[in-house]
Order: sequence, then structure tokens, then C-alpha cells
Amino acid sequence: MKKEQMIDDPNLEYAELAKSQGTQTAPAQLQPQPKPDEFKYIGKYTPRIDGRKIVTGAAQYTHDLYFEGMLQAKILRSPHACADVLSIDLSQALDYPGVKAALKLKEGRVKWAGEPIAAVAAGDEQTAEEALNLIKVEYKVLPHVVSQEKAMEQGAPLVQDQGNVQKLNEYNRGDIDKGFKEADVVFEQTYKTSWEVHQTAETHSSVAKWEGDNLTVWDSTQAVQSVRDGLARALDIPAARVKVIKHYMGGGFGSKLSANDHTIIAARLARETDRPVKVVLTRRENSYCVGYRPSAHATLKAGVKKDGTLTALHWKNYVCGGIGRGDRCAEPVTDVYKCPNVKVEEYSVFVNTCSSRATRAPGHTQGTFALEGFMEELAAKLRMDPLEFRLKNYSLKEKGDTGKSYSTKGLDACYKLGAEKIGWARRNKKPGAGIGKIRTGIGMASQIWPGAGVPGTLADLKIYADGSIEVECGTQDIGTGTRTHIAVVAADTLGFEPQDITVKIGNSDYPWAPISGGSLTVPSVAPAVRDAALKAADQLKQLAAKKLNIAAADVVFENKKFMSKNDPSKAVEYKDLVRTLPRPMCFHGERSDYPSTFAFQTFGAHFAEVEVDVETGKVNVRKVVAAHDVGRVINRQTAESQVLGGIIQGLSAGLFEEKIMDSETGTMVNPNLHDYKIATALDIPEIVPLFVDVIDDRLNNLGTKGLGEPPRIPATAAIANAVYNALGIHIREIPMTPAKVLAALKRKEVQP
Amino acid sequence: MEDFRGKKKKAVTRRAFLQSLGGGAVGMSVASRVLGQEPFSIQSAPAEMELYSKKRISLAVNGKTISLEVESGETLLQTLRDRLKLTGTKRTCSRGECGGCTVLLDGKPVYSCHLLAVQAEGKDILTIEGLAGKDKLHPVQQAFIDKDAYQCGFCTPGFIMASVGLLNKNKQPTFDDVRAGLAGNLCRCGNYQKIYEAVASAADTMRRG
Repeated sequence: MKKEQMIDDPNLEYAELAKSQGTQTAPAQLQPQPKPDEFKYIGKYTPRIDGRKIVTGAAQYTHDLYFEGMLQAKILRSPHACADVLSIDLSQALDYPGVKAALKLKEGRVKWAGEPIAAVAAGDEQTAEEALNLIKVEYKVLPHVVSQEKAMEQGAPLVQDQGNVQKLNEYNRGDIDKGFKEADVVFEQTYKTSWEVHQTAETHSSVAKWEGDNLTVWDSTQAVQSVRDGLARALDIPAARVKVIKHYMGGGFGSKLSANDHTIIAARLARETDRPVKVVLTRRENSYCVGYRPSAHATLKAGVKKDGTLTALHWKNYVCGGIGRGDRCAEPVTDVYKCPNVKVEEYSVFVNTCSSRATRAPGHTQGTFALEGFMEELAAKLRMDPLEFRLKNYSLKEKGDTGKSYSTKGLDACYKLGAEKIGWARRNKKPGAGIGKIRTGIGMASQIWPGAGVPGTLADLKIYADGSIEVECGTQDIGTGTRTHIAVVAADTLGFEPQDITVKIGNSDYPWAPISGGSLTVPSVAPAVRDAALKAADQLKQLAAKKLNIAAADVVFENKKFMSKNDPSKAVEYKDLVRTLPRPMCFHGERSDYPSTFAFQTFGAHFAEVEVDVETGKVNVRKVVAAHDVGRVINRQTAESQVLGGIIQGLSAGLFEEKIMDSETGTMVNPNLHDYKIATALDIPEIVPLFVDVIDDRLNNLGTKGLGEPPRIPATAAIANAVYNALGIHIREIPMTPAKVLAALKRKEVQP
Repeated sequence: MEDFRGKKKKAVTRRAFLQSLGGGAVGMSVASRVLGQEPFSIQSAPAEMELYSKKRISLAVNGKTISLEVESGETLLQTLRDRLKLTGTKRTCSRGECGGCTVLLDGKPVYSCHLLAVQAEGKDILTIEGLAGKDKLHPVQQAFIDKDAYQCGFCTPGFIMASVGLLNKNKQPTFDDVRAGLAGNLCRCGNYQKIYEAVASAADTMRRG
């Protein structure tokens, strides 16, 4: 199998994925935006409609599927970070009792430790695992490099023929030299981020089952539609004969956006054995074989006037995503603040590890950690309040005030609300002004992220003769509460309760919807469901008007009864109205396009309060206030959860997370949840999630934007800036471990 | 399973307090296995135990006594999921690091990946499937729904069982008690704050009866 068949480009960035999705539909027909108080559920708190299944253990994840006659597959992976596979001998493995099939997966050059070499299907996991030991592989081991710095040195082993450092991105506006000449102060700093592994709770997993020429795959995925298309391409079969199902999944964060190697392997083994085949990656495999956030080593240089006006920004960044090209990280630099002269240079550095994958807010988290830390330091240099400095460079147009106007921008409202709730005035006026063993500080950071959604997203709403209502949409719930937001939108639009709506999602046969990544789901799916429900509501009114012999405009719907506004004695129960339907009614909803004359972004600001123990170097985050502009919030309850999770992941990356590679062996040192540190119950601050509710009536029929990525973006930088405020020292490299904090303290000779 | 080929280090628990509750301790290396028997991986076993012998045991799971044959080296997690198809108990790390497989053993939370099935004989095993009453959810389950104390839900059964275990022991936990009581469970989606709220709310409900 060829590499391009094996991997459905997991390295595509969310933004590109979003662009590659959807269709151009008719220009936006703006529908009147209802006021928030017109809704009973939209914008309010609705518990998850699938909550009961989750809390009783009835929610079925791919891990939980067991079929009659099902085999288990295991994958033999390269122990070498770089080697030529000379031969693979499957014979002994195939002879092993219980083994039903084995596949060779690789010929030629292996470029990372963990690359699939062969696979086995057997009656149970252990037999399959044991059979892997019987596969004889002859390797010619070659030199490797797994460190970003070493890969850039002269004479480093070549990971790519064209060189280990290649141009990734460039952008110029204005005149950067002129910008620096106009500046009163020129300042430069370098910031580094680490490799951060998704570590989803449910490891990657798939079950494949053939019936004749038709393939059904149950997959732990964020993208049933993309997995269908990827499988069809990899197996060279019609997409129409592939169905992908996902009922529940245990987290993705960008690592489950396409058809994976193991899924294709399961499908091939299932075809060969004519039995269902399940593959469940181990925690170890999940740690080093399915991607991570690429690291960034970024140098920012700014020119600024004494009054705080930015005149020039130069961003030079080296991104390392293993054998992949990594993320472009420059958008925060080009777009958050007003600046006429900007130069961006970004390079990919290639090393012998698996390709990085999209990781919640790819590019933006790295870019924001650098930019926002830099803004904090720059403000201190200018002796300006960091918030005032940001407001001084506030932009109302994209591309740093040089492009299209934002349709709406509530970042100023986020600043105001966040600053008030954290008590901004309490911060150290001079960074590091505190004394004693425990130093406290307050810092903040800003955020942008697209989150406009995908035009052309579809949803069908059906009304059956017994009155039951269902919505079908080929989206998926990755833990954000998609079923519930669909029920809320359909119910509120029709005048029903969320529990009256049967929501069917997670099946690639349903009407098309994009990947659940890049904050696309709500602003794509909710407007499509709203469109279908508006059509249904209209049709029901027409039917009622006919039945009651009144004008449709005279019909109102209350307590599941249609009646005349003018004469309430004229009424018909909903159930009686639909009982005589000759067939179920089906209404097709579609997410319309938005005007290209405006720019659309989500905005937000985080304010963090930390305490740092200057004896141990431990950072303790006490509180984070998060204010977000994501347009209309659909379900405030699940929206708040998104914010909590984004902040915890940002905190975790900022303080703990790092995929560590061993230079000698080229393998990951900490491929488990004990040595790969993530935030635990004891590290959690008080979090205050806030929304500024700026409804964007140009964007879609609900004025709603996405929320998955935004809260992940500024949290790390806000915490780093709070540490700066506490110590007067900026930790420019994450994770901010006690060792790094102590080393920085030592350099500054800060004494307790 | 990844552990049984002896390629890994000692299995270690994340939290000392749960370490003390887990039965086995050492990841065993298995060189061969008896063919023709239904195989299972060995993750942890007391040293004196004979490997790969089969044993008929009876387990009291969710109020029902079940007689079944297990491998001596089979973990309780494997028995629950693979044999009894009680898949609400999740396999997340298989080595006592995350709490996703937490069940109650005589009312106390244990990592079922860290306990052999044979060690659970004679004890009351409660899994997420057996927690709710006939018509009513357990107060902790209801509170998780009301407070939205989950996202993907994969760690939720483990968190709920750990919370119930905590409340069995401590009817009026302080905020710090709740944090400490749940420190052996990982939620990657990061909904801890709402989990704390749910446990506090469930404790209130339970105290009121």
C-alpha cells in the first residue's frame, strides 16, 4: 500500500480542511435575527439529551463494540526512526494458531519509529500481539535525527531529500524597513513551544465489517464523511459503498480527522478474512503514532513608538512537525493588532518522528503564546498597562486594520468584562514587585480564530404521522454536545421541547456536514437545522390554516396546538393535524453562504491569576476569567464546558506537557499517561466562563460562530503573562516546569 | 494489551492512595502460553500465582452472582469488558494511570485494570451499569447530567464510580476532599470544575435523603 493511500493527509490544517469542505451556495439570504428573549432554549442552559446514556455506561464507543466472529488486529511498528525495510516474512505469524490473516504494509524507507510495517488479525488481542513477534523483518538501520535543533545543523541526517529546513509560509505587507525606522523602540525575543500530544481518553479505534461489496466502519472519529471518502480512496472502492458510523467517541482534539492507517488496515484484514475486524490502539501507540502539536521556535521583532503604536512586526518561525510540515502559526501576528508593516517567514523543520496533526487551534496556540508574551514584555518596556497597550493597537479590520472590516468584533467587550471580573487593578503595576516565598501575578492574552462555519452543510428534519420529529445530519458529536444543540435549535424553532426531537447523527449516510474540527460544527450545523425547522414550521402553519380555514398569518402555535390569533376557539392539536399525513414530511435545511465583503472571526480574552513558589519553582494557577465573542451562544451549558476544557488544556500545555524523544534510539521516552504529564484534578483553577453575546447577523441565520478552539488559544499565554507579572521574568518556553522557573529565577537572582 | 511481553517497566499507579487499593503490583513477563486455552494477557499477578491456569470463580457483579471460568492472570477489567460485556467500564491506559476503569469493590474505588478477576472473588463488585436504581439514577449520575460534568464522556463512568466511592466514605466532603478523592482520575476534556460541582450537589441530595 502506498503512503498516500495509507494516510488521508492528516497534516492538513483545520483552516485548509474548512476551505476544502462545503460548496458555494447562493448568496446569503439574511433571515431576520430573532432577539435572544424570543427563544425558550437557544442561548439558555439545556442539559445534554444524551446525558443518561453517558452516566449509565450505555453510550457505545468504538472500543465497546463486539460482533459475532469478530477478529482483533495488531500492528507491527518500526522500532527504528530511520531504516530501509529489506524484507518482511509473515509465514511464521500466519502459521500461529488463532491467526487468520497477516498483511505487509511497508516496503522501502521507514522514516519514524512507529511506522506500520505489518499487521495481524487473530481471534483475540493477545494472540495477535504474540504473532507480531513471529514476523521477521530485516532492516538496514540508517542515521536519524529527532531533535529540531540538531536537524537544522550542518551534516544532520536528511529527513527529506530537499533538506531538513524548507519554506512553509511567507507574507508581507507595508514596508518592514520603513516600519522599524519610524519606531522609537525596537525589541526582539524568541519563544518556544513543545510537542503536545492529544492523548484522547479513548485511544484510536475502528471496527470494519463487509457485507458483499459494502463496507461499514465504526470509527472513533471527528469526521464520518472524511473517513468514508478516505477509505474509498485507499481501498479503491466507490464511496457509495462505504458507510462510517460513530455513536460516541472519547475525544479527538484534531487527531481523528481522517481515515487513519489502522482503519484502512482493519478494512483490508476484514476483507481478507470475511469477518469483522476490530483494532484498538494501545495508550503507547496513541502516544507516539497518531500525531501531536508541532513545536514552534519563533522570533518576534517589533518596532513601536513611545505612545505604544506598533510600526513593524517581523515574525520568523521554525516549526517542527516530524515528517510533516507542521502548522503555519503567523495568523495571530498578522491579524490581532493594528500594524501596517508586517513580515512573516516560516520554515518547516523535518525530523524522524510521526507527522504532527491538527491539534485544537493549530498554529494559533503557538503563535499566540509568542505574540501575547511579547506584547506583555513590550508593554513593560514602554511602561504601559498591557491592556491599554493592546487597546492602543486595536483593529477593526482584518490583516491588522488593512483588510476587510470585521462583520462584528466584541474583543473590546471581552477586555472590559474580563478585566472587571479578574480585578485587573490588583495586578503588580511593576512586574515582579511582590516579595516573599509565594509571588502572585495577573496576566492576560487575546485571541482570534475563524469559526465562521461551512456553507452548504445539510440537515433533514422529518415529521412523522404520529407526530414524532427527527433531525438527520451527517455531523458527529465529539463531546461538545452536538445532539443537544441540534435538538435545542429544532425544538425552539418549532415550539417544542428538546427531548421531543430525535437526533440522528454520526453516520456518513446522513446529509452532509463538515468535520468536527476547527470550531466548524455549531456554525455549520445549527443554521442548517434552523433552516429545515423554519421550513417545517411554515409548512405546519399552512396546513393548520387550511384545516382551520383561516389565513396562515393568523396561525399561532402554543402548547402543541395551532390556533387562530384572533379567534382562539379555532384550534387544532398538533397530533391531530399531522395524523392524516399520507407520508412523513421531510424538510431539507442548508447552511447558506455569508457575504465575502466582510471578515469573520471569533474573539476572546483570558485573564489569569497565578502564584509562583520561588523556592520550588512551582506555578499554581488560581483563577482564569475567560470572556469570549462567539456570536450567539446556542447552548450556554455545553458552551461553558468548552471554555473550561480549553483552559485546562492550555494550562496543561503551559505547565506540564511535552513529548520527549530519545536522541539515541529515536523513540519517545514518555508514551504513557504517567510520564507524559497532563493536568489532573489537583491542578485545576477556578474558571469563570463568560460570553459577550455579540450576535453576527451577517454570518448565518442564528448569528452564531464556533467555540471549540477559541478557549484553547489564549490560556497558556495569559498564564505565562501572569507568571511574568509575579516574577518580573518571562518564561519564554513551555512547559513552564519548576526547573525552568528556578533556572530563570537564578538568572535574575530573585531571592525569596 | 501491550504490557505482557515484558517490554515495559513496572506498572505504577499515579496516586498512592489508589495504589494501596489495587491488588497486583508487578507487570509480569510471559514467555509462553498454553495453546488451546482461551488466552488473555497478563498485566499484574501476585508472584505465587500459577500463570495461565484457568479457574472457575463466582463474581458478585451488580448484585448478581455469576459463575465463570477465568484465566488466573486475567484482570477484572478484562473480565468485565471482554467476558461480561459490561463495557461501561473503560480501558483507557491499562496500567493504573487514569482511573477510567474505576469500579467499586465492597464500596471502595479500585482500578479494575490493576486487579485480577480472581482477587475480586467474594467481594461485591459494582460497575456503572449497576449504579442506577430501577427507575431512578443514582444522585451522582443525576448531578453529572444536571451540571454537564462531562464532555466526551469516556472518563465519566470512572469519575462517577470514584465519586460514589468518595461519598460512601465521606458524606460531607469539603472542596479539597473532592479534589483529593478524584485525583486518581483523568479527564482529558478538562471538565473538572463541573465534576466538583456535581459531586457537591450529589452530596447535598444524598444528605437530604
